[in-house]
Amino acid sequence: MNERFISFEGIARRYPAPDGGTSTIFENLWLGVPKGEFVCVIGHSGCGKTTLLNILAGLDAPSEGVVLVDGREIGGPSLDRAVIFQGHALLPWRTVLGNVAYAVSSRHPRMSKAEVEEHARRFIALVGLQGSEHKRPAELSGGMKQRVGIARALSIEPKILLMDEPFSALDALTRGSLQDEVRRICRETGQTVFMITHDVDEAIYLADRVVLMTNGPGAMVAETVVNPLPVDRERTDLHKHPAYYPLRNHLIDFLVTRSRTWRDAIPADHDPRRPPVVRPSIPAPAAAAAASETAVQSEMLRNIA
Amino acid sequence: MNVSIGVRSSVLSALILVVFLLAWHIATRGTTAGGPPMDPEYAKLMGITATTGKSAMPGPLDVGAKLFEHLRKPFYDNGPNDKGIGIQLGWSIARVAAGYGLAVLLAIPLGFLIGMSPTISRALDPFIQILKPVSPLAWMPLALYTIKDSGASAIFVIFICSVWPMLVNTAFGVASVRKEWLNVARTLEVGPWRRAFTVILPAAAPTILTGMRISIGIAWLVIVAAEMLVGGTGIGYFVWNEWNNLSITNVITAILVIGLVGMVLDQLLARAARAVTFPE
Ligand SMILES: Nc1ncnc2c1ncn2[C@@H]1O[C@H](COP(=O)(O)OP(=O)(O)OP(=O)(O)O)[C@@H](O)[C@H]1O
Ligand SMILES: [Mg+2]
Repeated sequence: MNERFISFEGIARRYPAPDGGTSTIFENLWLGVPKGEFVCVIGHSGCGKTTLLNILAGLDAPSEGVVLVDGREIGGPSLDRAVIFQGHALLPWRTVLGNVAYAVSSRHPRMSKAEVEEHARRFIALVGLQGSEHKRPAELSGGMKQRVGIARALSIEPKILLMDEPFSALDALTRGSLQDEVRRICRETGQTVFMITHDVDEAIYLADRVVLMTNGPGAMVAETVVNPLPVDRERTDLHKHPAYYPLRNHLIDFLVTRSRTWRDAIPADHDPRRPPVVRPSIPAPAAAAAASETAVQSEMLRNIA
Repeated sequence: MNVSIGVRSSVLSALILVVFLLAWHIATRGTTAGGPPMDPEYAKLMGITATTGKSAMPGPLDVGAKLFEHLRKPFYDNGPNDKGIGIQLGWSIARVAAGYGLAVLLAIPLGFLIGMSPTISRALDPFIQILKPVSPLAWMPLALYTIKDSGASAIFVIFICSVWPMLVNTAFGVASVRKEWLNVARTLEVGPWRRAFTVILPAAAPTILTGMRISIGIAWLVIVAAEMLVGGTGIGYFVWNEWNNLSITNVITAILVIGLVGMVLDQLLARAARAVTFPE
């Protein structure tokens, strides 16, 4: 059961096409996510990642198939699945505290106002926004808004956290510090996370497992990649791990070519119900030397840039 | 150039006012000599003032004196044709409040329904499209015939003219609430009533209040005309009655007072609109 805490079972999503037929975003999609795991989905723009996440959130319904969470079919949105939206989606007429308290009071309708506030303040502090409780979203920077979104999602203590490119609109520095915080919080609480990203390095840092989606229409899960890096990795020295480059190259290679060509040469033994699990191998010592050389080179390049 | 724009515009306003009052004063000082001789029939109609040398048109000083007199004693009541301007205004404001209040009670819930349900929106659209452009005064005979009470008819006319802008704006505001805010409510499993009051209403409030502001303006325009028609009491009746008394001074005074009250009503709603507007 824990191995398939979230289970997409043969889902499809079709839209009516302008020519009168239907266009299929994806079909016969199977995917399992174990409890407590941090899963990132990467794939090209338009392949259906948001659609997949919205179906899991219950905001959209699959045309075929079901999604099970903890063995039960989902029938709509639920407080067990919190969503961090790409566009933060804060209610602009409420303060930071008001936005988080709105979620808390939805979760705990019988809590007194003081308790709700106390609970909300705890999560505002968790994302480092104490002191800004009474500001409105318009007075916050993009990074702060996204933090409020994270606090709001975490404050309902969901079983699953869903994130749709939560950091894509942020500058690199803010993105880095928010990634650190999300990773810390999720590791401390053993949170199950389903996240969409465009950013390969973000996936490598955050994910325990990366799901690779091919290009749409008719997107498929080509494989899932297990992250071989140690769980106590730091964002700043990811590239020092011998497995970093094999993993990164594997993901980049997929995005650059295989996401496009994969469908033309589907492996004969590919079973959509059980997408293959790949574990990029840690290179042999000789290869490791070469890899670390590349590492040094790209580090130098980064410093020049 | 370091005088603020506020000071400069105030000075200009004052200047325009002074020039206007002076021109008015000079124009009505009353030397008709040299002007074309008045048609004796018309002169008779206009009463004595027209035949004496002084112009029948009051000057700013006459109006000022009259205004002062009204302001000193706004609430006297000497029978049906001689009431203080305060009492008449009170009647008009009360009618507007009643008609407008009823319109709010109907238009906002109905607008919510239209905004939330595309089916209802489509179904009601032809009726709204046809009824909205009808002049509210066209309803007056129908109202008088069915309600049989002139005061209530005036209230009905106010109701019917205020309902449309509020209805249309509420429906539009509700229908265009951002999908992501509704999705927030959905993922938090917020029930329909709580969602209506905590997400849709605050999100649509600025649009709704714009509609309410347009409505109060129209209602205040229409009440004068409606009261001229139904008679009895109210500022519209006052204007008509003073015209019959040939007291142009009173008519001009009433115009000023109507403008002032209209401005206050508009500002009240503008302030309310500002209070519910949120920066994004
Ligand atoms: N309401 C809709 N009607 C028709 N087609 C739609 C609708 N919504 C989405 N699509 C199509 O579904 C496909 C997948 O959209 P989706 O938003 O899931 O992509 P995505 O992978 O999240 O892309 P991105 O990375 O740019 O966010 C797109 O090709 C889009 O055109
Ligand atoms: Mg997307």
